[in-house]
Amino acid sequence: MEKMSRVTTALGGSALTGRTMHCHLDAPANAISVCRDAAQVVVAGRSIFKIYAIEEEQFVEKLNLRVGRKPSLNLSCADVVWHQMDENLLATAATNGVVVTWNLGRPSRNKQDQLFTEHKRTVNKVCFHPTEAHVLLSGSQDGFMKCFDLRRKDSVSTFSGQSESVRDVQFSIRDYFTFASTFENGNVQLWDIRRPDRCERMFTAHNGPVFCCDWHPEDRGWLATGGRDKMVKVWDMTTHRAKEVHCVQTIASVARVKWRPECRHHLATCSMMVDHNIYVWDVRRPFVPAAMFEEHRDVTTGIAWRHPHDSSFLLSGSKDSTLCQHLFRDASQPVERANPEGLCYGLFGDLAFAAKESLVATESGRKPYAGDRRHPIFFKRKLDPAEPFAGLASSALSVFEMEPGSGNMSWFVDTAERYALAGRPLAELCDHNAKVARELGRNQVAQTWTMLRIIYCSPGLVPTTNLNHSMGKGSSCGLPLMNSFNLKDMAPGLGSETRLDRSKGDTRSDTVLLDSSATLITNEDNEETEGSDVPADYLLGDVEGEEDELYLLDPEHAHSEEPEYVLPQEAFPLRHEIVDTPPGPEHLQDKADSPHVSGSEADAASLAPVDSSSSLISVSHALYDSRLPPDFFSALVCDMLRFYAEQGDVQMAVSVLIVLGERVRKDIDEQTQVGDRVGGGPPWSSCAPSTAPAPRTPGAGESPRCAATLPPAPPAPQEHWYTSYIDLLQRFCLWNVSNQVVKLSTSRAVSCLNQASTTLHVNCSHCKRPMSSRGWVCDRCHRCASMCAVCHHVVKGLFVWCQGCSHGGHLQHIMKWLEGSSHCPAGCGHLCEYS
Amino acid sequence: MRLATAANEVYRASLAVSELLGCKQCGGGRGQDEELGIRIPRTLGHGPSRFIPEKEILQVGSEDTQMHALFADSFAALGRLDNITLVMVFHPQYLESFLKTQHYLLQMDGPLPLHFRHYIGIMAAARHQCSYLVNLHVNDFLHVGGDPKWLNGLENAPQKLQNLGELNKVLAHRPWLITKEHIEGLLKAEEHSWSLAELVHAVVLLTHYHSLASFTFGCGISPEIHCDGGHTFRPPSVSNYCICDITNGNHSVDEMQVNSAGNVSVSDSFFEVEALMEKMRQLQECRDEEEASQEEMASRFEIEKRESMFVFSSDDEEVTPARDVSRHFEDTSYGYKDFSRHGMHVPTFRVQDYCWEDHGYSLVNRLYPDVGQLIDEKFHIAYNLTYNTMAMHKDVDTSMLRRAIWNYIHCMFGIRYDDYDYGEINQLLDRSFKVYIKTVVCTPEKVTKRMYDSFWRQFKHSEKVHVNLLLIEARMQAELLYALRAITRYMT
Repeated sequence: MEKMSRVTTALGGSALTGRTMHCHLDAPANAISVCRDAAQVVVAGRSIFKIYAIEEEQFVEKLNLRVGRKPSLNLSCADVVWHQMDENLLATAATNGVVVTWNLGRPSRNKQDQLFTEHKRTVNKVCFHPTEAHVLLSGSQDGFMKCFDLRRKDSVSTFSGQSESVRDVQFSIRDYFTFASTFENGNVQLWDIRRPDRCERMFTAHNGPVFCCDWHPEDRGWLATGGRDKMVKVWDMTTHRAKEVHCVQTIASVARVKWRPECRHHLATCSMMVDHNIYVWDVRRPFVPAAMFEEHRDVTTGIAWRHPHDSSFLLSGSKDSTLCQHLFRDASQPVERANPEGLCYGLFGDLAFAAKESLVATESGRKPYAGDRRHPIFFKRKLDPAEPFAGLASSALSVFEMEPGSGNMSWFVDTAERYALAGRPLAELCDHNAKVARELGRNQVAQTWTMLRIIYCSPGLVPTTNLNHSMGKGSSCGLPLMNSFNLKDMAPGLGSETRLDRSKGDTRSDTVLLDSSATLITNEDNEETEGSDVPADYLLGDVEGEEDELYLLDPEHAHSEEPEYVLPQEAFPLRHEIVDTPPGPEHLQDKADSPHVSGSEADAASLAPVDSSSSLISVSHALYDSRLPPDFFSALVCDMLRFYAEQGDVQMAVSVLIVLGERVRKDIDEQTQVGDRVGGGPPWSSCAPSTAPAPRTPGAGESPRCAATLPPAPPAPQEHWYTSYIDLLQRFCLWNVSNQVVKLSTSRAVSCLNQASTTLHVNCSHCKRPMSSRGWVCDRCHRCASMCAVCHHVVKGLFVWCQGCSHGGHLQHIMKWLEGSSHCPAGCGHLCEYS
Repeated sequence: MRLATAANEVYRASLAVSELLGCKQCGGGRGQDEELGIRIPRTLGHGPSRFIPEKEILQVGSEDTQMHALFADSFAALGRLDNITLVMVFHPQYLESFLKTQHYLLQMDGPLPLHFRHYIGIMAAARHQCSYLVNLHVNDFLHVGGDPKWLNGLENAPQKLQNLGELNKVLAHRPWLITKEHIEGLLKAEEHSWSLAELVHAVVLLTHYHSLASFTFGCGISPEIHCDGGHTFRPPSVSNYCICDITNGNHSVDEMQVNSAGNVSVSDSFFEVEALMEKMRQLQECRDEEEASQEEMASRFEIEKRESMFVFSSDDEEVTPARDVSRHFEDTSYGYKDFSRHGMHVPTFRVQDYCWEDHGYSLVNRLYPDVGQLIDEKFHIAYNLTYNTMAMHKDVDTSMLRRAIWNYIHCMFGIRYDDYDYGEINQLLDRSFKVYIKTVVCTPEKVTKRMYDSFWRQFKHSEKVHVNLLLIEARMQAELLYALRAITRYMT
């Protein structure tokens, strides 16, 4: 039988010819079907039911089946099908629930043959048996499928879908007795036509209604289904359980799906809403349609391949009242427009690059992105066996590996884990992080931290600088000693970075000197702090931790009342001098920072001795350079951050951002506009007033002033750094660190990252039902759900459980248990996997 | 605000307790309150609904765990347990879906800012002069930081919202008149234009609140205690009534009213139910036998459609809306006009060409993700909800009756199901029921207790609430279908 039908439908020598064309119908079409001779097509809709002949250049209306005085709902067609064996036989499904058959061989004008009024609701689909002449199947909204024998007046058998509406029914092409039906609740059922009592098999294919299905014309077990969930799925039905073998995600709900003849993996789809195009997909390449027909102006409602053995002609009917013939060669092919190249960095610096084979072959000598500016690295190019992508577009994948060793990222992991980002005063954080960096051999980073500490951790900055100015002017001769900035070997953004070697301050006599003076000062300072608003602990911390760094400059602070303070213009020349001087002794730099707050005027006297020492003066000079109000440096710091970020070390950039908090955040944006404020000088006066109060708020606390005067706009670059860093952390599985970073970030967009999907759905370990209201007590069995399966006590603290069987318990208990057994400790027989 | 409502809950709960304990206890409790010298508002003794005796309604505190969880969710989401929830809890399955949807619409991610959402709710409810919903949302609107000036009238709201006024009006009363020009006007209004996603959100909100207004009137929801008309400061002692006296008194009054006004003997209404069931049985059996001709089927729809407009509560007295509500909308004269009256010919809307499941859902879900799913669930639950009971009968398949109600409402909006025999409606729905349905759906502000009492006299209150759920969901779907079809047409 099969063979015979094949023979009769095979192309009779002459191949089909035609062109892409369309014709206007009088009314929107709901469905189309092709005669087996491939020369006629029937179009059915609410108010249209016509047969068109497909000619070389055009469609020609051949017959109007809508006859009779009055339009009847029986003619309002939801679906139409042409028998594939009998050219005279058609069936339609009417929206009022009637199934009508038509015999074109009837001599009268009215070709209506039989009327079956058994369905109570709209009939969505009719289907002829592929080889049996008289068997017709219908599926209806009322939840029933009926099988009719056209020689009888009523249905032979009725199949119940349990009051779920049937959306599609299709006889299997190869299994004589089998048909598939799809339902509004997402199920697909397989029936044996001889057994109306129950379905052979049922599975849930989609979320929401399954609008259509189609058996593969050659592959006996394959069934394609399309649903409202915008998916097309291909199921292998030969196995014991229906297995999803392919899945295509489209952009709109799928109304029809039809396998393309002669192309094993191709299928055509059209959508129910919104999207008017017809797509032909290669199911192995589910992301880009192989071809696309864009002729229709409204949703396509019916598609049919013109001939079961010709793959290039597709017919379609649409709500825009047109009937189209599409030629495959005229289709637009999105693949051609797609960019077939891909590039990705591996975690350890490896680079993968995929491109069309031809492209790679011609330019095999090219090393596309090898020029990683960050690390001067040599890439080895290794060509993977080009993965044949389903014979469609074969692309070559090249992987460039880092040279062994150079891609070692352990420093990153170590740094991430050991950095302290919050919870301590700024100075301690900086020191800690500097120490970490140094231990990991990252001296530049270490020094950056130290510099930051120097810049930001000295209280009383403004007044002191003020004073220093005057002093600096007076004793500029003392300067040479101090200039230890070696800007030259630093990256531009890091110009101010200095080599600090605080632990060995004793090597130089002047340092010693300074040390002594420093201690002196700090002592005094301690006394002073009582009266000042500087938190004592902060000062103490400084003093104890790194005396050699604290230097103070500030003698007459007495007059340094904030309102009066205006930065003298001379500051700039001085600074430049220093910049230009050759690198001096490195230890001295640290002196540059002067942590002594002189909030009260009383200290003037006590500090006087300090001033007298020349070394101190020089110190104050150094200070003076770096000792400008932190805002002075913020531009520099921002440059520094940007420098690190550009180098790819977002870790450093983000860590500094977090540690410094409000101090720099605002500037990063600002600086993009006023990039060279530092160099330019003039803006000083304008920013001075706002910076004046800054010294009053030292330590790790944020200065509210910043927020008040400069409402921080969420800066894009910062967010970018954050997200990159978080991404990196997560790729290294440093979840805790990444979460900490998210939490500490000041950017709204970033900090809400861990606010998403915070719900954990759990099942009760007793009744296996989802626990909806509370996570610890089951509503149904009223038992506490978080019992340890090993010790049978309630778990407080870390609870680990298997997602398969819902059993779990104390982390330690479960770990221990799983060392000895792979089964669930609760004895449910589940092979648990705790990873 | 929150505190106040929380206190309200406590208060209500204590009421329930005090009722159990009897009047003396209760009176004692009152006395203590007064000693504090604070004016304590009291409910006006109706319970959550003016139509349903309080004793029929579930008392807070006596609910089962499922309902309790629902109450908890509702309270957590809204900061109150409103009367609508207390009445809907007759049908917890539906209530759950309802609350979830409402919560999502008002508080979760969506294209519109929060205060816009509440303001649109106010606009929609005001169309039906539903002061209950307007009051609730005025509070919410202010709570989320809305500008109080807007509340002085639509003309004080941003132009963008004013533009929505027209759609609101048409949607509420004559949705079949919505065209793609309406949509275009909103989407292409220069700087005041709506985005498609915003528009879909707004449309869903509008339809939600139109139908919720229907429910409010249909079930006679009492004002909340903190809203106008919901409380009195008059100390109970003045009138010598204790709250419990009042409620008890009310019950008896209710019953007397029913008996006297309706003057229905019990047996009479008993036969009503019997007759209805008999008809359903007949329809079930006869369906296959006598086939109505196609023409007849078609004309039945037209007849039903035409008749539906004569079904009206006789008196056409114009109710002038309370001032504070009316300022939220303009053109008060614009009301429901019957589908085919006034010579306007509007083509029948065929569900088979544009239905919620296939088309509406896809469109909504595309433009306002997840909401399509939520509404779809809600429609399904409302449509399929059944306890297989009818009044005193059990194990009845009510699907036919539910379908008749649903399709009757859609019929009033000109929506036709090809596969439905509209003759069934006439068989199953009697006149007083039709009057009630029509009034609730089209002019909810005119619903009276008499109407509520006079249909389905033997049925339980929970069943009448069930009917209301069907009404509001069918109405919402009808409005949505028209609005979404217009949007679809605009898009193509």
